[in-house]
Amino acid sequence: MVMEAFRALTSKAIPLDRSDVDTDQIIPAQYMKRVERTGYGQFLFDSLRREPDFVLNDERYEGARILVAGRNFGCGSSREHAPWALEDYGIRVIIAPSFADIFRNNCVNVGIVTVVLDEAVVSELLSRSTQNPESEITVDLETCEIRAGDDRWTFDLDEFHRERLLKGQDQIDLTLRYEDRIAAYESRRAR
Amino acid sequence: MTDTGSRTIVEKIWDEHVVHSAPGEPDLLYVDLHLAHEVTSPQAFEALRVAGRSVRRPDLTVAVPDHNVPTHNRHLPAKDPISQKQIETLRRNAQEHGILHFDIVDERQGIVHVIGPEQGLTQPGMVIVCGDSHTSTHGAFGALAFGIGTSEVEHVLATQTLQQRRPKTMAVEVDGDLSRGVTPKDVILQIIAEAGVDGGTGHAVEYRGTTFANMSMEGRMTVCNMTIEFGARAGLVPPDDVTFEYLEGRPYAPTGSGWDEAVARWRSVVTDPDATFDSTFRLDATTIAPRVTWGTTPAQSVSVDSAVPNPDSMPDDSVAAAARRALEYMALEPDVPITEIPVDVVFIGSCTNSRIEDLRAAAAVARGRHVASGVRALVVPGSGLIKAQAEKEGLADVFIEAGFEWRDAGCSMCLAMNDDVLEPGQRCASTSNRNFQGRQGPGGRTHLVSPAMAAAAAVNGHFADVREI
Ligand code: SF4
Repeated sequence: MVMEAFRALTSKAIPLDRSDVDTDQIIPAQYMKRVERTGYGQFLFDSLRREPDFVLNDERYEGARILVAGRNFGCGSSREHAPWALEDYGIRVIIAPSFADIFRNNCVNVGIVTVVLDEAVVSELLSRSTQNPESEITVDLETCEIRAGDDRWTFDLDEFHRERLLKGQDQIDLTLRYEDRIAAYESRRAR
Repeated sequence: MTDTGSRTIVEKIWDEHVVHSAPGEPDLLYVDLHLAHEVTSPQAFEALRVAGRSVRRPDLTVAVPDHNVPTHNRHLPAKDPISQKQIETLRRNAQEHGILHFDIVDERQGIVHVIGPEQGLTQPGMVIVCGDSHTSTHGAFGALAFGIGTSEVEHVLATQTLQQRRPKTMAVEVDGDLSRGVTPKDVILQIIAEAGVDGGTGHAVEYRGTTFANMSMEGRMTVCNMTIEFGARAGLVPPDDVTFEYLEGRPYAPTGSGWDEAVARWRSVVTDPDATFDSTFRLDATTIAPRVTWGTTPAQSVSVDSAVPNPDSMPDDSVAAAARRALEYMALEPDVPITEIPVDVVFIGSCTNSRIEDLRAAAAVARGRHVASGVRALVVPGSGLIKAQAEKEGLADVFIEAGFEWRDAGCSMCLAMNDDVLEPGQRCASTSNRNFQGRQGPGGRTHLVSPAMAAAAAVNGHFADVREI
């Protein structure tokens, strides 16, 4: 799938101070009944949004493109519907102390940047956005930097994934450069 | 890899499947078997069509509808038109691309992770993927099997490969015999409770030790199935005679001289004696008791003879906060004995525990007893063939006489995409793998248990210690 290239982004951030947010919470299975990739944003965190004081119901975070969350974000099911829902809702960056493996891979393919920062830094960002919903965070993928107020932190990202996000490259196109090797592997195995 | 050149199973399978590797790039890994179901594949097929690409190796993909199929009145279309559309879309995509497809009326239809092994498609040493996180199940055969997202499904369809970083390796060593009434489900729940929901993140696991060596293939599949619940994408058991015996004679297993060659090759899919793992986790199987989850992650479980934990006595603040939130959702008070918790619904099924051995274990408890009044209990076999086998063995009659509903194969109430759904507030003893909030229906409350423990809860109307039955 061709995705939008990402260089840098400055936005308000939604503080979701919970760990182990699973993909069933991000998008419950009953909303996976579509054969398209689009239109899932309205169902994002569907059951949590029924709680009136859930952070996504707070209008002050409207238009935010960054989500800050607790550790092990995106655990559970491999459904790509979870990043689709986040992306459709407007989220381009998720900052957390850790992510589940499959979810993180899926994010790259959807064009969402997943940033891992120390637990202490994430708590700091969570409390800033909680106290002041207007406070902005800048995510710079070219320098691998997060900036907020006068502070800056660097983060690591798989270099290959970073390139793909920066260029918005299609994964299949990249692999098809090696089509001859795939064919060679297949004929070797067939013998 | 270790300096000596000794390798673990995962490393051997990985090396064997690398099509291309270059510094700074993920390895390009060849996929031997790709399994597709109706919910996570339609967008992948559609994207292929839009890009004008074809399926590179239709002979290496197998498709089956399972997630949202109805488990009764099979002759009718699914009540929900969109489920029906997903089922039909899978059928059409399979036909169009020449992909083997076990349709809804085919006796071989069933949960994708049940039918792969059952048909002998799943074999040692393979790389197996599916757009489903419980693909780890196939690791029971010594295959490197893991879940992928829909974009990756598209990538596999188009190229028969995946771009992957080599995972770290983790040994999970469990030794000793299981006590009476303790099952593979309890072993894996204990592992997850100790490792934590993200204890295996970034790793591929090898299950080692006498406990797994002495386990049936069904038991190994239950264990490998839930590997993802502690964060590891793949979990393997070394293939051995138990594995080969299970596979021999299955429809898609090698035959004749091909069988002997395959077995000889599979015997080398073992970890070298001096290979090392990036991390090791050990457990004594003799200490494990039947377990019940009390919270909203699979790591939140205790033994049946204990009580709901008290967040006030948890040392870590964030753990305590998560526990409080879980107890609130589950409508449970701290310190209440597990055996005093009543249940409304009992679900025996899912890719974790819907195989013939699971049904035998549940039927052994149900036999001569009756589902408690006010409790609704369902048995959903993992495949049409398991259903037929259970009927032949008289297990179906045992369940029906005991007041259980006897259904057709599918995922059913494991994720409640069909019409088998918990009502808000209902409490369910379930043999599935996830007790996440709303997993079995919005507002539903799930407790994960083994098949025998589920049957015990059904006949008692509350959790009960199967060792006392
Ligand atoms: S039974 Fe449940 S966990 Fe298994 S494949 Fe189906 S939905 Fe997923």
